[in-house]
Amino acid sequence: MINNFLLVAVGAAFGVLARVLSTNWIKKEWRYTFPLATFIVNILGSLLLGLVTGLSLGTTFSLLIGTGFMGSFTTFSTFNVENMELLRMKNYKHFFVYTAASYIFGIIAAFIGLTFGNLL
Amino acid sequence: MYYCLLVLFGVVGASLRYALGLLISVDQFPLATLMVNLLGCFLLAFISSLLTQLPYLANTVASAIGTGLVGSFTTFSTFALESTTLIQDSNYLSAIVYILVSLLGGLFACVLGYKSSEGLLTWRKK
Repeated sequence: MINNFLLVAVGAAFGVLARVLSTNWIKKEWRYTFPLATFIVNILGSLLLGLVTGLSLGTTFSLLIGTGFMGSFTTFSTFNVENMELLRMKNYKHFFVYTAASYIFGIIAAFIGLTFGNLL
Repeated sequence: MYYCLLVLFGVVGASLRYALGLLISVDQFPLATLMVNLLGCFLLAFISSLLTQLPYLANTVASAIGTGLVGSFTTFSTFALESTTLIQDSNYLSAIVYILVSLLGGLFACVLGYKSSEGLLTWRKK
């Protein structure tokens, strides 16, 4: 039990760092209002979580990489707060694209990862 | 300093998510992730709105709590994977309910968090 929490904790420590470093880097390069950084992180994380789950690597890897790393690398709260900001700025076009693209591509990415992982 | 706080809070956020997942388990529906995500949306909007009003040190800590703790507490990848699994298992009704409640509930929770924070700030100024 304690070991399981430790695995999640170690994965999460790297996951949160990876999220903040990569989103900061993307935000520096991307100067438009569309929240591309969170979008990329969430879609990439969904693809990789699907892949790791499909590979069936066992509980240790599932907790370390899945629940810990990918769980902390991706974020639902930032995604929604960014969406609320787009709504408040009356930027309905970006709001619609961001919401639709995140849900559709997120689920497709998880599906592709899972299918690919099952094949390997 | 900021990165240490970020990792520390990130670990706490993910552990809370894992613990809630162990406590809440419902057959055929990913209730734990849904609750975690909606609660996290409320909290992040609440904290983000407060951030603009805080002095520097409190601002750094609050930012690390928002990005680290709440950011790691909520998760998009698990949501996407669970939605995929529900669809693959032909559990279409659960999939639709899960996606729609996440979409609308997430935005609603953000607005609620933002309004609560604004309410608190005006109440304090009185």
